[in-house]
Amino acid sequence: MSARDNILGRIRTALGRMPGEGIAPRPSFDLQIPSLPDRTALFCERFEALAGKPHLAADPSAALETVKAICNGRSAVAADHPLLAETGILNLEGVEHSFPDAAAQREACALCDIGISSATYSLADTGTMVMFAKPSEPRLVSLLPPIHVALIPASSILAGLEDLLTRVADPAAYSSSMVLITGPSRTADIEQILIRGVHGPGEVHAVVLTYC
Amino acid sequence: MNPSDIPPDAAIHETLGDPRLQTAIYTATQRLIDHRKKAVAADALPAYQDLRALAHRIKRHTIEHLDYYLELVESQVAARGGKVVFCEDANEVADFVLNLAKEKGERLIVKSKSMTTEEVHLNDRLESHQLEAVETDLGEYLLQLAHQRPYHIVAPALHMTRYDVADVLTKNLGVEREVEPEKQTKIARATLREKFLEAGIGITGANFVVAGSGAVVVVENEGNARLSSSAPRIHIAIAGIEKLIPSAKDLAVFLKLLGRSATGQPLTVYTSFLSGPRRENEPDGPKEFYLVLLDGGRTKLLADPGKRESLFCIRCGACLNHCPVYRKIGGHNYPWVYSGPIGAIITPQFHGIGKDPWLPFASSLCGACAEVCPVKIDIPKVLLKLRFEVTASGAKGPGERKAFSLWAAIMARPKLFSLFGAIAAHFAPRPKNGAWIRKLSWPMNLAPLAAWLSQRDLPPPAAQSFRSQWKSRKAAR
Repeated sequence: MSARDNILGRIRTALGRMPGEGIAPRPSFDLQIPSLPDRTALFCERFEALAGKPHLAADPSAALETVKAICNGRSAVAADHPLLAETGILNLEGVEHSFPDAAAQREACALCDIGISSATYSLADTGTMVMFAKPSEPRLVSLLPPIHVALIPASSILAGLEDLLTRVADPAAYSSSMVLITGPSRTADIEQILIRGVHGPGEVHAVVLTYC
Repeated sequence: MNPSDIPPDAAIHETLGDPRLQTAIYTATQRLIDHRKKAVAADALPAYQDLRALAHRIKRHTIEHLDYYLELVESQVAARGGKVVFCEDANEVADFVLNLAKEKGERLIVKSKSMTTEEVHLNDRLESHQLEAVETDLGEYLLQLAHQRPYHIVAPALHMTRYDVADVLTKNLGVEREVEPEKQTKIARATLREKFLEAGIGITGANFVVAGSGAVVVVENEGNARLSSSAPRIHIAIAGIEKLIPSAKDLAVFLKLLGRSATGQPLTVYTSFLSGPRRENEPDGPKEFYLVLLDGGRTKLLADPGKRESLFCIRCGACLNHCPVYRKIGGHNYPWVYSGPIGAIITPQFHGIGKDPWLPFASSLCGACAEVCPVKIDIPKVLLKLRFEVTASGAKGPGERKAFSLWAAIMARPKLFSLFGAIAAHFAPRPKNGAWIRKLSWPMNLAPLAAWLSQRDLPPPAAQSFRSQWKSRKAAR
């Protein structure tokens, strides 16, 4: 008998169930999505309360200027996302992108100062950015560099978790990784003193694109 | 100091007599209490009580159909290209990791905080086979360097001062002594960053295992779990079999409760929903994914419907923070990795009540733990059941049993009760000016009373007993 069969066997004995037996109806509940009049404003407020840095951009050139000012000549790695291409961010000096393979991208992420990406959704009520691992949202761009900049279309800001899980009932159907990022990396493990940027980025910028 | 080397009483007295430690425990837990209180207040989370009730129902449903959901998660993980590995006990978990590392030729393992792996002492086993397993949560890393176990479920190193940290870092890393927490954190970041990029295997725990998605959910603030699950070639998630929830939708309930109950955060900084290895079009992420599901004594808890709810725990730590006993004796005086009220109910059930029979009695039954539990585990009720079992097993000794049957006999007979009351009042000392009693003389300095008075003072007895006051009051009417 394998560990698996032993464990399942003990569970069935304890619960008085037969192999292959079905289940009673699951507890049912509705996901209630709060109606929020101004999601962009709420997102910015909540994101800022977490020490995130929100910026508003009314057109692509404003987005480009904002990112340029943040980079300020420092080295950056950008994800290959159409939004980043449109704004011209991929052509900024010092911004690397389109790597030949995973190893090269990883190396660049480990060495650069800033990671620039987009986010599929954002959540207004918690100031959260939602990213799915995919070609235009690599995992490491938002993780290895000490600074993370994300371009967020205002139209993709959802009310909150309920809204997200209504649209994406099963995140596993889309990607091997969905990560909810709520502010800069932090720890309070030494004497409960809050310190940012322990393993992930200690500085996170959200450039909200109000035009899309 | 290894807490298991000294008897519980002596170790507890040591903790009680350490003012620095008392302050550290008290301020840390008070901060967590305050943050939680704000986060679950009616204006912040109006549905809080409904969410608790719902979380309890979802957990009960899942645990009562656990065989079904385990088979479901097994097939879903396989469909995403990963593999579920069932383990009976600690040894099987370690064997699996060891064999995998050997087979794949990996030597360096990065680990993010996981209580389940603490249960199985995984690091010791790996190190004895010349594998390097590095804890990467800052608190856990410091504990690993200091060879200690977690003091608290969510704040593992709350008992260490910055000076302790400075000692640990200097001694183990050979760096210059640094007492600023911000700089200490930077030192740890730099050291651990190299490990992340070098390691072939990353091990994480799982806060939830989503059966219908074949996914694990890991919540954290530092980013070390993201790194452990994204940078190395192989990701192993290790979880107890009770961590299952049916579907991603249920996260709308549990994520709203977990962060708020633990640290007062509506959401922790990172919530990762991970299903299988990287997919074909994905630029990074692990190439292999294993989900290790550990029994380790959990199936023993299922048989008794009254104690089954001990398995609903989502490890938020709120019951520790609110427990007047934990707040005095701290985490290391509990015999196992889980401390506080939840530790007091699951430790005896996992290890058998014979091993630490004192544990269910180390509670004032004040009920604070049940009041703050986000999944509404009735911890005091389970404690009482365990006390009953300990007593029924004969572990308490004939003296205590006799004393309590005598007590019961007196309490059931009003005349006897009043007689003993009168005797006690007669012999009780009456200090001058109504001062409190600090010591008792014969014949009242019996062991239990004397022990009680060694820690507390007793108010002086009233001039007239309550019963006689009641009588004269009635007569006066």
